Amino acid sequence: MNPVNYLYLAALLFTIGAAGVLIRRNAIVLFMCVELMLNACNLAFVAFSRMHGNLDGQIIAFFTMVVAAAEVVVGLAIIVSLFRTRHSASVDDASLMKL
Amino acid sequence: MSALAAAATTTSTGEAIQFWVLAVVAVIGALCTILMKKAVHSALCLAGTMIVLAVFYLANGAYFLGVVQVIVYTGAIMMLFLFVVMLVGVTAADSLKETIKGQRWLAALCGLGFGILLIAGLANAKLTHFNGLGRVNSAGHVEGLAQLIFTRYIFAFEITGALLITAAVGAMVLTHRERTERAATQRELSEKRVREGVQVPPLPAPGVYARHNAVDIAGLLPDGTPSELTVNKTLRARGQIRDVSTEALDDLKALEQRSAERLGRDSREEASK
Amino acid sequence: MENLIALLVGAPLLGAAVLLCGGRRLDKAGHWLGTLLAAVSFGIGVALFADMLGRGAEDRTLYQHLFSWVSVGSFQADFAFRLDQLSMTFVLLISGVGTLIHVYSIGYMEHDERRRRFFGYLNLFVAAMLLLVLADNYLLLYFGWEGVGLASYLLIGFWQHKPSAATAAKKAFLVNRVGDIGLSIAIMLMFTTFGTFAFGPVLANADKASEGTLTAIGLMLLLAACGKSAQVPLQSWLGDAMEGPTPVSALIHAATMVTAGVYLIVRSGAIFNAAPDAQLVVTVVGAVTLLFGAIVGCAKDDIKKALAGSTMSQIGYMVLAAGLGPVGYVFAIMHLVTHGFFKAGLFLGAGSVMHGMNDEVDMRKYGGLRRYMPVTFVTFGLGYLAIIGFPGLSGFFSKDKIIEAAFAKGGTEGWILGGAALLGAGITAFYMTRVMLLTFFGEKRWQPAPDADQVPSAEPAAEHRAGRMPHPHESPKSMTIPMIVLAFGSVFAGAFFGLGDRFLNWLEPVTGYEHGNPPVGALTVTLSTMVVLAVGVAIAWSMYGRKPVPVVAPRGSFLTRAARRDLFQDDFNHVVLVRGGEHLTRSLVYVDHSLVDGVVNGTAASVGGLSGRLRKLQNGYARSYAVSMFGGTVVLIAATLLMRAV
Repeated sequence: MNPVNYLYLAALLFTIGAAGVLIRRNAIVLFMCVELMLNACNLAFVAFSRMHGNLDGQIIAFFTMVVAAAEVVVGLAIIVSLFRTRHSASVDDASLMKL
Repeated sequence: MSALAAAATTTSTGEAIQFWVLAVVAVIGALCTILMKKAVHSALCLAGTMIVLAVFYLANGAYFLGVVQVIVYTGAIMMLFLFVVMLVGVTAADSLKETIKGQRWLAALCGLGFGILLIAGLANAKLTHFNGLGRVNSAGHVEGLAQLIFTRYIFAFEITGALLITAAVGAMVLTHRERTERAATQRELSEKRVREGVQVPPLPAPGVYARHNAVDIAGLLPDGTPSELTVNKTLRARGQIRDVSTEALDDLKALEQRSAERLGRDSREEASK
Repeated sequence: MENLIALLVGAPLLGAAVLLCGGRRLDKAGHWLGTLLAAVSFGIGVALFADMLGRGAEDRTLYQHLFSWVSVGSFQADFAFRLDQLSMTFVLLISGVGTLIHVYSIGYMEHDERRRRFFGYLNLFVAAMLLLVLADNYLLLYFGWEGVGLASYLLIGFWQHKPSAATAAKKAFLVNRVGDIGLSIAIMLMFTTFGTFAFGPVLANADKASEGTLTAIGLMLLLAACGKSAQVPLQSWLGDAMEGPTPVSALIHAATMVTAGVYLIVRSGAIFNAAPDAQLVVTVVGAVTLLFGAIVGCAKDDIKKALAGSTMSQIGYMVLAAGLGPVGYVFAIMHLVTHGFFKAGLFLGAGSVMHGMNDEVDMRKYGGLRRYMPVTFVTFGLGYLAIIGFPGLSGFFSKDKIIEAAFAKGGTEGWILGGAALLGAGITAFYMTRVMLLTFFGEKRWQPAPDADQVPSAEPAAEHRAGRMPHPHESPKSMTIPMIVLAFGSVFAGAFFGLGDRFLNWLEPVTGYEHGNPPVGALTVTLSTMVVLAVGVAIAWSMYGRKPVPVVAPRGSFLTRAARRDLFQDDFNHVVLVRGGEHLTRSLVYVDHSLVDGVVNGTAASVGGLSGRLRKLQNGYARSYAVSMFGGTVVLIAATLLMRAV
């Protein structure tokens, strides 16, 4: 098997995640889809790292994980406070900016 | 590790089998993540996908990342997700019916186009040569990573640390609610109840029968209708009350029928009664 | 010697600057300073004249390059002066008559508390006028041209507390603007045609340009001349300009500034010589104006307005002569100079009469003044004889030559132009005799002015004198001496210039000359002029000399009434220009409202409508925006890949 298949898998997962972001309304699931996309990127980085024979790709993936953790913490806090005020976790309900 | 170093353009058969099996699992998990109605199912499916990815990291020689993926991602972050899902309502099922006109079609179109482009781009990229990690891992994999993180990427590393601290503080700020008045004492609450005179004694307990004394089941009033008052306010707000009154009546009817059969009474007699 | 040229302009300019910026502390001595600096200018002019006479006819032209004024690419304008015989003539006329009128103004403006300012303006005028005639290129000439326009505006409106004076000043300024546009267009045309506007190269190469271009330049120059010299159709401002103090009328609106148009045409002679069509238009304008001004002058009861009509008419003669080409240039300038003498003298006489008559300007309220103002009577009378062309006096020599030259044009045109000039001479004799008779002869018709504000006064001092019986008296010496000097000029200048062709020989190197051959003999022309003259005087005598003149003007015939209204010039302007302008404006407003606003509003409405529809895209759903972003990403990736593939 050619290791490039890892990249194809990463692309597929990324696309699935993106589609999920677009079609799901629940903010938590939406976040999960974002995480899925990040993970797909990480997989690609790891595969690239192996391809080029150095560790920089893995380090980028590592940083991605850290940033994703920070993002999840803040994002979930936002969801919790949103739920508290609106009793709903649907992103469509937070559409006060529309006319 | 030596096997990896030797594998320039292809992988071992074992890895190939592992890839094909686990890739299918990962894709199914991803699809389930976006298609499951309940957030908790989505979270579990995502956790599965992430574990598969951890295995792939290991297979690609990223041992440290593979472990971190399991511990941090699947262990901590996904648990955080589950925690919030519990907070928001674990059983609440989302409607997958689209409300924005044309959104689903557009999303499908964009997603399809994106995927095709990405895969076409990869196919065009002529990525045939794999160097493998043998050389860079010669002094130890984790040591190699550490050397990079604490030398070349030291500033990025420090800044990510600052970012994490900020995120933690931010989460606290976002979820913390300042108490603007003194909390009412129990005495004051009971005095208020008496003064209002609406519900002087404690609220009725939920559940009627032993088998249905869950907190989300409304207690039945004497006429057989459920009393919403018996259920916790939060559950009421989420609409997560289970109504078992009809079920209870059906059970009662079934019980009576069985006892009638046992006693040899005619169902017709029963009916005439 | 040529370094003195700048001083000609500099002296009065210095006077203007000092007097206008000096403030009140100069009130006591300001008029002396102004007069002195004008006299300095005249003295330098005389010195330069003497120097010029000492040289041969061919190298009399002096140049002085002061500094490079505008230097942009091929656009080069120098602040340079050119003093040749033509400029010299004007310099002497302007500074000479200007000095005399400065002296006269000392007496005339004695009671005006803004006398210092008046002298500042007069000095400014003299400086600007000298700049105009000394300029070595059309752009500098234009500078002086605008300068005299400004001075004229300031002086007409000198008594700006009078609405009529303020309006007259504005009118003069606006009408002059029309002419100035002509001059600026002419200069632009010259620059595009010749690449320069210095007199030397333009006039030397004039015949190399196409006739159409030259005709256009000539007509534009004529438009400028019409504005400045009050020729038809831009004549309407001159009559109203008499609202200014009388010395101003004498200096600016009789002797010098209004003749700038004639100077312009004569100076640009080379251009007109090569553009016969433009020349024809010039002669037509001159002929029409000389009759127009004469007819207007016949009907006016206001002494200054009658003289203004006369000025218009006499400048008509000059323009006519200038339009005749080399045949007439010399005589145009000669008439200009003699006219400068006698018309300035006439105006100063009129000012003297008004001075003695409580600033009354209505000639019907004069009468019999010869006994009360003998000096004024004699000087005015000599000016009168000069202007009607009494044999031997100035006007005779210059006007006769113009009539002769007009006949010499030949063909039908010659007869028409000559006839017009001849007829004009007769009318001139009529209206000047009328002025003379109404003012100095007949019985006394003056009476106390009934009320201060009904006095059609020109001077503010009239108000405190109103209601008193006028007691005509001779003017002070400072006023009579300039009148006497100008009367000398009126009497002898013509003979001095005309006899032995002195003036012709003097000016010929600059303007060129060719002798015209009138279809009838020169003597015949002279004699017929005399006959027409006698007829005009006789008619005037029969109308105003034999019988008493009514104090209130009779209604008169239609022609009289028309002439009183300046032959409806203002009505014409009002109907054609004001109404026309209003209609044009109204239609433009309509176009603006319907078309321009329609386009603008339509654009706005369509943008608004489009926005209203596009607004729907902004539905507030984060997921919709996410789709847009994602779609954009897809498009970007597709574009990138496509570019790489290609």
